[in-house]
Amino acid sequence: MKILVCISHVPDTTSKINFTENDTKFDTNGVNFVINPNDEFGLTRAMWFKEKQGASVHVINVGGPETEPTLRKALAIGADEAIRIDTPATDGYSVAVQLASVAKQGGYDLIIGGRESIDYNGGMVPGMVAKIIDANFINTCISLEVEDAMVTAVREIDGGKETLQTKLPLVIGGQKGLVEESDLRIPNMRGIMQARSKPLHIKPAIEQSPRSEATTYEKPAPRGAVKLVDTVDELIDLLHNEAKVI
Amino acid sequence: MSVLVYTESENGSFKKTAFEVVSYAKAIATELGTTLTAVSINASNTSQLGVYGADKVLEITNDSLANFDAQGYADAISQAAASQDATVVVLSQTANAKFMAPLVAVNLEAGYVSNVVALPQSTTPFKIKHSVYTNKAFSLTQINTPVKIIGLGKNAYGLHESAADAVSEVFSPSLQQSNTKVISVDKATDKVTIADAEVVVSAGRGLKGPENWGMIEEMATILGAATACSKPVSDMGWRSHGEHVGQTGKPVAASLYIAIGISGAIQHLAGINSSKVKVVINTDPEAPFFKAADYGIVGDAFEIVPQLNEKLKAFKAQNA
Ligand SMILES: Cc1cc2nc3c(=O)[nH]c(=O)nc-3n(C[C@H](O)[C@H](O)[C@H](O)COP(=O)(O)OP(=O)(O)OC[C@H]3O[C@@H](n4cnc5c(N)ncnc54)[C@H](O)[C@@H]3O)c2cc1C
Ligand SMILES: Nc1ncnc2c1ncn2[C@@H]1O[C@H](COP(=O)(O)O)[C@@H](O)[C@H]1O
Repeated sequence: MKILVCISHVPDTTSKINFTENDTKFDTNGVNFVINPNDEFGLTRAMWFKEKQGASVHVINVGGPETEPTLRKALAIGADEAIRIDTPATDGYSVAVQLASVAKQGGYDLIIGGRESIDYNGGMVPGMVAKIIDANFINTCISLEVEDAMVTAVREIDGGKETLQTKLPLVIGGQKGLVEESDLRIPNMRGIMQARSKPLHIKPAIEQSPRSEATTYEKPAPRGAVKLVDTVDELIDLLHNEAKVI
Repeated sequence: MSVLVYTESENGSFKKTAFEVVSYAKAIATELGTTLTAVSINASNTSQLGVYGADKVLEITNDSLANFDAQGYADAISQAAASQDATVVVLSQTANAKFMAPLVAVNLEAGYVSNVVALPQSTTPFKIKHSVYTNKAFSLTQINTPVKIIGLGKNAYGLHESAADAVSEVFSPSLQQSNTKVISVDKATDKVTIADAEVVVSAGRGLKGPENWGMIEEMATILGAATACSKPVSDMGWRSHGEHVGQTGKPVAASLYIAIGISGAIQHLAGINSSKVKVVINTDPEAPFFKAADYGIVGDAFEIVPQLNEKLKAFKAQNA
């Protein structure tokens, strides 16, 4: 089985979000970038497929040279090869077109993406990849087993979960549950050393005009100070008469 | 030109988000000077959609769509949109809508923007505001394609009535056999889900252990609320993973979010920021959550929650 794991390179969850150039660009100053958490769960699940079922695992990112440390980290965790499509990630569709082209040409059986990136929060790239290459697609995937070409997967639905059966080729939008937090791997020295000599292919992008583009950003308006109350009666009164939510 | 909205139902009845997306799509149709068509799948009572402004309802009734199937639903909605020459397609952000939206976007060669929080700022060019960086910021995004798909965040617009005819028409999409089969569904039918809930009662490590959740469940029952928790609580197995909210868990866009014994870490706040009113109960006056809250009580949950439950019960009995 050939697996392609899509890796989005995102600010870590503690980052303070700021913008520059008249609020048109994300301010990367002092920001630490990491593998998108949803993708890290998927990558770890892929490592299990490699170890237990002999799968090969490639990781891919669409982005500039600044994303290479994130790809190297994925190699240090255990991926065999990395691919970077050399173009800034603009809209979800353009990214999906690049990923789909590699997925198709490389003959991958399973393409693992995340439910959403924690920067764009588009929740769209994996589904678009699936549709473009005409593969099956399961979103919010929390469990995945593959035997030959048969797939059993569990996806999270609002208020519960659903077990599905489908076939390869398959694209998933994955999240926690594929593996647990305690299963995530911190690269060790040996992994880091090996990662240096693993292939990181840089491929040119397919020309694309963006279907959508961010023009400006803004931060939520600062909220007023909290109203502290001493009694539950006051609280109920405020929720009923002022906030009108009960 | 027209505006098309997909109205989600469950067991034949429309979800509340269906009325919200219709209200919103009507406002766009009015702005564009065109009509609003709703699409329903295996739903009854479609005339209800007229209350919120649907001029027409394309009713799809199809056994192969009895279970949600992203491919089948996406094809059905795409064909409906094409039949109406729709230039704007509005979807909600339920798990199912998010699942199929990217497929619809590829089908219709449309630009798709998710987590939308307001009406378009302008329609030529088409610019729309949506939340990014997990609710830490908004982006004003321009959609360049002739067809635009909008995923409207829950509770971002609310319900607005606007009487229209909701003339119903049968629509029969041509669907391919699906490769994906639903084997089983595991869903508590007696509990309000975080996604649907107007009120969410959430608790954290301050509760000390899973045995103390009785009072949280009780508050949820009184308020008709869903229960939720912070990440460490689900990591330790005190509560199920489905209840973990935050940046790496579920988003909460409720009218009221009550946080009990939760410190308010940045990752937790990111997931609940789009809730309207936030109440915090915490022993520590310095807990960061107080900075993000509307109302707060500094105090011990084990004293305050039982009192609050008693008073809420009395309040509900009076205001029923
Ligand atoms: C990559 C990453 C992703 C993360 N994603 C998430 C996420 O999605 N969601 C999330 O929630 N967290 C997330 N976290 C964890 C987050 O950083 C915090 O550790 C977590 O939210 C803290 O949970 P807590 O508030 O329940 O516990 P604590 O921080 O331990 O806070 C407990 C609170 O309870 C109060 N308390 C104690 N006793 C009482 C009492 N008797 N009555 C009232 N109050 C009391 C204390 O004053 C304290 O404020 C993430 C962390 C990382 C690194
Ligand atoms: N620039 C990118 N390069 C590689 N994969 C990406 C990129 N952007 C998004 N993805 C994948 O698509 C998923 C969903 O992203 P999004 O649609 O932005 O929410 C991510 O979790 C990644 O797996």
